[in-house]
Amino acid sequence: MLNFKKSARKTLNTINQSFPVVFGVVMAISLLIAAVPEYLYSRIFTGNILIDPLVGSFIGSVAAGNPITSYVIGGELLNEGVSLVAVTAFLLSWVTVGILNLPAEMDLLGKKFALTRNIICFIVAFFVAILTVTTLGFIGEI
Amino acid sequence: MRNYYFVGIMIAIYLMVYFTFPSLFYEAVLQTYLILLSVIPILALVFVFIFLFDLFVKPDKIGTYLGQEAGARGWIFSIVAGILSAGPIYVWYPLLSDLKEKGMRTSFMSTFLYNRSIKLPLLPIMIHYFGVTYTLILTLYMIIASVVVGYITEIIVDDTSGSRHT
Repeated sequence: MLNFKKSARKTLNTINQSFPVVFGVVMAISLLIAAVPEYLYSRIFTGNILIDPLVGSFIGSVAAGNPITSYVIGGELLNEGVSLVAVTAFLLSWVTVGILNLPAEMDLLGKKFALTRNIICFIVAFFVAILTVTTLGFIGEI
Repeated sequence: MRNYYFVGIMIAIYLMVYFTFPSLFYEAVLQTYLILLSVIPILALVFVFIFLFDLFVKPDKIGTYLGQEAGARGWIFSIVAGILSAGPIYVWYPLLSDLKEKGMRTSFMSTFLYNRSIKLPLLPIMIHYFGVTYTLILTLYMIIASVVVGYITEIIVDDTSGSRHT
């Protein structure tokens, strides 16, 4: 038998538990977006083909906002001579790793899960970037 | 009360910013308002999902489709649902938390979250900046990587909790 009252109470309880956490994440992301102008991202890259992918992964992990912003920044980075591997690592970690989301993810899905998942995504971003660019080179696209 | 710690810290930081960099404070508040405007409808939808799941979907069904016995069906469901789900990643945490309680596999949660990074409506913009071939190859590798990330997350998370699954 359907129990509307029980389901409604449980949903309200979930709202009460998760909304403050989500609101905190929105506040953190907003502050970062307001504090870091987009042009600053390109200044952090070194030009070193080995270090830049790691820099890309790191910046993408810390940065936040709409993925479109990462495409625009990624396009600019390519124009400025940053390697495609570094830009790809940056794009990937922007959408797969979320340092600012971490408090919410830890709170709602468990500390161990959140930390493990984000660390794995950080490492995987690096390898997927290399694999993507290697494949593009193999099929003669770059 | 624990749920309010993070937002409490953020309010304290905002207060400090207000007294040190007022223009940054106003810009951040405006940004918060704009993000909330776009997030709240999706969050409301997520809460409706939670209500409906609780009402109609019993834990044994979650076990069948997203639990240990789900098999390939669970992987496909996690990948497709992740790709199709809209909005920022954090609005889906409450639903996943609920499904986890009902028996959703750790690997499927991780795979779902990874596939959240594939945004179908944004693919044309990505193609515009990086080309069709690059976008297709990257998207394909991301889907494959989502399964790898799911497996590794489960092996590490469930193993350390003493309930490793295969």
